[in-house]
Amino acid sequence: MIWVDTLVQGILLGGLYALFAAGLSLVFGIMRVVNLAHGDLIVMAAYLILVLVTALNLSPFVALLLAAPLMFGVGWLLQQMVLNRTVGADVLPPLLVTFGLSVVIQNALLEGFNADSRRIPAGSLEIASFSVGPVTIGVMPALTFATAILVTLALQLIFYRTALGRAFRATSDDPDTASLMGIRPGNIFAVATGLGMVVAAIAALYLGMRANFDPTIGPARLIYAFEAVIIGGMGSLWGTLIGGIVIGVAQTMGAAINPEWQILSGHLAFLVILLVRPRGLFPAGGR
Amino acid sequence: MRYRVQTGHGSSWVVALVVLVIVIVFAALPFFGSRSLMQDLFFVFTMLTLAQFWNLLAGYGGLVSVGQQMFVGAGAYGVFAAAILWGINPVAGLAVSALAALVLALVSAVFVFRLNDAYFAIGTWVVAEVARLSFAQWKAVGGGTGTSLPREARRNMWGTEWVEEVTGLRAAAAMDVVSYWLALGLVVATIGGIYWLMRRRTGLALAAMRDNPQAAASVGLDARRIKLAVYVISAVGAGIAGGLIFMQNGRVSPDSAFSVIDWTAYVIFIVVIGGIGTIEGPIIGVIIFFLLQSLLADLGTWYLMVLGFLGILVMLFAPRGLWGLISGRTGFALFPIQRRLKLKERED
Repeated sequence: MIWVDTLVQGILLGGLYALFAAGLSLVFGIMRVVNLAHGDLIVMAAYLILVLVTALNLSPFVALLLAAPLMFGVGWLLQQMVLNRTVGADVLPPLLVTFGLSVVIQNALLEGFNADSRRIPAGSLEIASFSVGPVTIGVMPALTFATAILVTLALQLIFYRTALGRAFRATSDDPDTASLMGIRPGNIFAVATGLGMVVAAIAALYLGMRANFDPTIGPARLIYAFEAVIIGGMGSLWGTLIGGIVIGVAQTMGAAINPEWQILSGHLAFLVILLVRPRGLFPAGGR
Repeated sequence: MRYRVQTGHGSSWVVALVVLVIVIVFAALPFFGSRSLMQDLFFVFTMLTLAQFWNLLAGYGGLVSVGQQMFVGAGAYGVFAAAILWGINPVAGLAVSALAALVLALVSAVFVFRLNDAYFAIGTWVVAEVARLSFAQWKAVGGGTGTSLPREARRNMWGTEWVEEVTGLRAAAAMDVVSYWLALGLVVATIGGIYWLMRRRTGLALAAMRDNPQAAASVGLDARRIKLAVYVISAVGAGIAGGLIFMQNGRVSPDSAFSVIDWTAYVIFIVVIGGIGTIEGPIIGVIIFFLLQSLLADLGTWYLMVLGFLGILVMLFAPRGLWGLISGRTGFALFPIQRRLKLKERED
């Protein structure tokens, strides 16, 4: 029975990783660009929420409502001022610029908040749980998982059911032709990155409420997110959710065997899937 | 019309002479330089070696890796495992470093070469993390906390005794001299080797692949094979450098040997700031990196922020780096690898 419990906890943990990855998957789907600073931007959003919660004495969920538009602005400006200059055929500039950004954000956070680990206080939610048969489920992990599904659903709807989504898809397919139709690819990219940062803020809320964080944990979270995106198949939003679940389950299963193996078994699961399904479980193009 | 393909320029032999004099002065340094100067130069030479190999990988091969620390770590553990488990002299242990890096490169290539472009970068990072976590499980060389190089292994390092006799230095200083010479030899061999490689057909093939992959493939270039070769060469080079760095260090731990900041982030900034895709760029970059570190190291986090900002600014406004600014204005190259077509009117 302990395996059922491990499996369920793993699936729920996967929800958190899917949240880390959703913004990344969205941005990659539209721009074919990966943002190496994504993990650090999530950590930055977690600090932003923490500051709002402590300074204004808000509930974390209300703080998210303030943080989300702020993060949208951060993403929009970042894309307009910096990243749009790097979009093109060459993969090197965006990689190196976002890598530099990652180092800058990490150290700026260290300077501003020191290296102590923090947590976003969530009151009684932190320890609340309920039982389903033999399995005890924490309210917080369940909430995270439900949010991951909602976020994926919302992104999917935006992508395929709105004018904005049509612009996203058009720009992704062919930016030159899209611009003939009155779309400015630069603006579309900026909105996409802004949206990615809104998702990052949501991920940050759960990251900060569920566990301690400090300025340096971004890159490790970024790796899980990337693994989820690649496992799911690049550009597939639902695939990313499944990818997150695969990593989460592998990690909790590994940890159940030997606590030292938690992280390692997540990475190994990723490598195994890379061997058998190099294009991921649900590659785009099959949709 | 007659034509010939020319690499280099009229003053190439002057440059060669200057380079030779510089190398000789560096080689003779232990006889008149201070120990701290040698330690600084050891650091500069090993970082420059890593930078040259990363540049070969990313600048020439188009393979942006964020996982070179895997090979540095493998090389470091190669020397330590050889000395501790099998009693191999640390200098000979560098061969174990190279071998360890070679094996890891071939194994990891199976995985990372399934990914393209940006995802290749992530793939290299993941396998490097797997390597770090796996080496942390190896209890015989200290597990997660790491271990030190045994005293006798350090004392018996090849060449130390001879240096003690010739220079009259104490054992610890003599070991520094041996490491210094090894680092100098490594960086000279690295730059010389890459220069040689770039002037051969390999260099032409790499340039062709970078400039137009389809056209390169259509004239029969096997891009995968060449990229794999570049990946393996860079891995072995980083492995030897890693073995040397930690041999000099005397202590190894998974977190220090597989540090993404120390062995990849710094290296990337060195190459980008100096000028990616050139042999001269990393040399300029490492000098700037060393100066910045000497000036700002006390400031800790600010130092890294400055480095990050500088990297971003260079990438946005001078993507060919500082050396690109110099050579773009003057057309001058220390290590000419560009091929120029010279046309001559037939005289008859």
